[in-house]
Amino acid sequence: MIAAPTRTARSLLPRPRPRRRVVVAVLGTLLVLAVASAVALSLGDEPTAPAALWEALNGRGPENTVYAVLEVRLPRVVLALAVGTAFGVAGGLSQSVLRNPLASPDVLGISAGASVAVVAVIAVGSLGGPVGVVPIPAAALAGGLAAAGLIALLARDGALQGRRILLVGIALSAALTALTQFLLTRIDVYDAQRSAAWLTGSLNARGWGEAMPVLVGVAVLLPAALVLAHTNRALLFEDEVVAGWGVRPGRSRTALLVIAVCLAALATSAAGPVAFVALVAGQVARRLAAVPDIPPILAGAAGASLVLVADTIARTALPFQLPVGVLTALVGAPYLLYLLQRRRSTRGTP
Amino acid sequence: MSASRTAARGETAVAAVLLVALVLLVVATLASVTVGTRVLSPAETLAGLLGHEGIASTVIWELRLPRTLLGLLVGVALGVAGVLAQAVTRNPLADPGLLGISAGGAVAVVAGSVFLGLGAGLPRVLLALAGAALATVAVYLFASRSPEGLTPVNMTLAGMALTAFLGAAVSATVLLSASTMDQYRFWVVGALNLPDPAVLLPAAVPAVAGAILAIVVSGSLNALALGDDTAAALGVAVLRTRLLAGAAVVLLSGTAVALAGPIAFVGLVIPHIARALVGTDVRRVLAVSAVLGPLLLVTADVVGRLVARPAEVQVGVVTALLGTPFFIWLTRRAKERSQ
Repeated sequence: MIAAPTRTARSLLPRPRPRRRVVVAVLGTLLVLAVASAVALSLGDEPTAPAALWEALNGRGPENTVYAVLEVRLPRVVLALAVGTAFGVAGGLSQSVLRNPLASPDVLGISAGASVAVVAVIAVGSLGGPVGVVPIPAAALAGGLAAAGLIALLARDGALQGRRILLVGIALSAALTALTQFLLTRIDVYDAQRSAAWLTGSLNARGWGEAMPVLVGVAVLLPAALVLAHTNRALLFEDEVVAGWGVRPGRSRTALLVIAVCLAALATSAAGPVAFVALVAGQVARRLAAVPDIPPILAGAAGASLVLVADTIARTALPFQLPVGVLTALVGAPYLLYLLQRRRSTRGTP
Repeated sequence: MSASRTAARGETAVAAVLLVALVLLVVATLASVTVGTRVLSPAETLAGLLGHEGIASTVIWELRLPRTLLGLLVGVALGVAGVLAQAVTRNPLADPGLLGISAGGAVAVVAGSVFLGLGAGLPRVLLALAGAALATVAVYLFASRSPEGLTPVNMTLAGMALTAFLGAAVSATVLLSASTMDQYRFWVVGALNLPDPAVLLPAAVPAVAGAILAIVVSGSLNALALGDDTAAALGVAVLRTRLLAGAAVVLLSGTAVALAGPIAFVGLVIPHIARALVGTDVRRVLAVSAVLGPLLLVTADVVGRLVARPAEVQVGVVTALLGTPFFIWLTRRAKERSQ
C-alpha cells in the first residue's frame, strides 16, 4: 500500500541532500521568524520604533522602553518561539511517523492528557492541599505520556489503522476534557478562570519561569529528533524495506513518538493546549518542503512563526488581550475542515 | 405465514424489552427522588411527596422532582436524536455532541447571555435551537463535500473541528467576565441543576415537536438504510426525509443543550444498545431508545450524586466517562468487521 516497488526503487537512488527546496523553505521561514520577532518586540501599549528597539535591546535608551522591551515583551516572544517550536516539531514528527497527515498531538488527545494533569495539580492546591509538590511541567509530561500510552495500547493490535486512530484520540480528548471541566467546577472561581484562560492556550502573564522547561526540552529533544531524522525518512516505507536498510523500525518509531509527546506536553505545561498549532505546523512544513518526510526544523520554525504571529495579533488587535489559543483555533479548525475537503494524500494514507 | 409469525414474535420481544426498561426507569426515577446528599427513607419520600413534612417536601418538590423531570426530558431528547442522527447519516458513530451540534447550541446560548443579556428560559431555548440548526447544516456540508463522502471518520473530524472553532469563540466570550465564567463552568459540563423549573414546560414544546417528527419519518428512515437509490425506488422522498429527520435532531438536541448543557455520548450509546435488543427497525429502535435514554441519564445523575458525596459529579462527566470506552470499542469493532 505504501511502498509500491517503483517508489522504493526510486527512493534508494542517491538523492541530492540536503535538497535545495527544503533549505530555501527553512531559510524563508527563519526570515519570517526574525521579522515577526522584531515586530512583536516593538508592538505593545506604546510601540517602539526600529531604531529605539535596537537601542533598548542593548540596554540603552529611556528606562521604560528598555523595561517594556527586555522585561515584558522579550520573555513573551521567547516563550512563543519555544512553545511554537515544540508544538511544531511534535506535530511534524507524529504526522510523519504515523504516516497520517492529521495525526498530531492536539488531535490525538496528548494535549488534553497534559491539561487534565495540570488542572488536577492546580485543583489540589486550590482545595487546600499541598501546593507545588508536583511541578507543573512534570505533571504535564506524566499526563501526556499516559494519554499516549493509552492510545498505543488501544492501537497495538493494528485495529486502528489510518484515520481510525484519530477517532480514538477525539474520544479520549472528549473524556479528558469532561474531567477537566469537572475539576473546574470544584475549585475557586478565580482559580477556575485562570485555569480556563490557560486551557484555551495563553501566553498572558508568563515569563522566563514558564519558558525555561520548554527551552531545555527543545534544546535536548530537537537534536535527538534530528539524529533520528534519517530513520524518520526511512519510516515512510514498509517495515520490511526499512529492516533491509539496517534500521529497527519499531524502536526508532517509538523513540520519535516519545520525543513528540514530551515536546507537546512541555509546551502545554507552559502555554496550555494551544489548539491546532501542531497539526497546522506539520502540514505547512510538509507543503513548503514538498517532501513526504517532514523536516523537524521546518515544522518547528513553522510552529514558532504561527504562535508568535497569532500571539502578537491576539494581544494587540483588540483593546483587551485575547488568549492566543482562541486565534489559533479560529484559524486551525477551518484549516482542518479544508484538509478534509481535499483529495486524500498520495502517500497511501487511508 | 412464517414472516408474520416472526414479526409477531418480534413484537412480543419489543414489548418485553419496553416493559423491563420502563420498570427500570420507574426504579431510577424513584432513586433520583430519594437519593442525594440527604438520603430519604421511603416513608419520608412518601410524606414529602404528599407535602406533609417540611424539609423532605422542599427537597423533593423544589430540587429533586424538577431535576428528575429534566433528566427524563433530556434523556428522551438525546436518545431519540441519536437514533435519527445515526439513521439519517448511516453513521454508527453519529452523536449530537460529537458532531458539533451541541456546540452550536452552546455558543449561541453563551453569546446570547453575554451580549444580549438573555437569561434562562424560552429565549435560551430558541437561541440553542438556532445555533444547533446552523451547526448541523455546517457539519453536513463540510463532511459531505470531502472526497470520500459522509464517512463516519470525516463526520467525526468535521464535528471535532467545528466544536473546536465554536469552543474558541465561547472561550473568548467567557473569559471577559468572571461572573459569566462562574455560570458557564457549571453549565458547559452538562448538569441537571435547573435554575428555574418553570422553564421546563415551554422547553418541552420543541422537544415534543421533534419527537413527533421522529415518529413521522421513522418508516422512511428504514428505507433510507437500504441506500438512497433503493429508497427512492421504494417511493420515499429521500431529500424530504433527510430534512425532516435533520430538523428533528436539531429540535431535540437544541432543547437538551439549552436545558442541561452539551451532554455527549448518550445519543451515541443508546441507539446501539437498542439495536442490540430489538434489531434494526428504526421504529422499534426509536421506541426503545426513548425509554433507555432517560434511564441512562437519570441513572448517571444518581451515580454522580453518590460517588463524591457530599459533592456531585455532573451527569455530563459521568456519561463522558461511560461513553468514551464504548465509542472506542465501536471504532475498533467497525474496523474488524470491514476487513
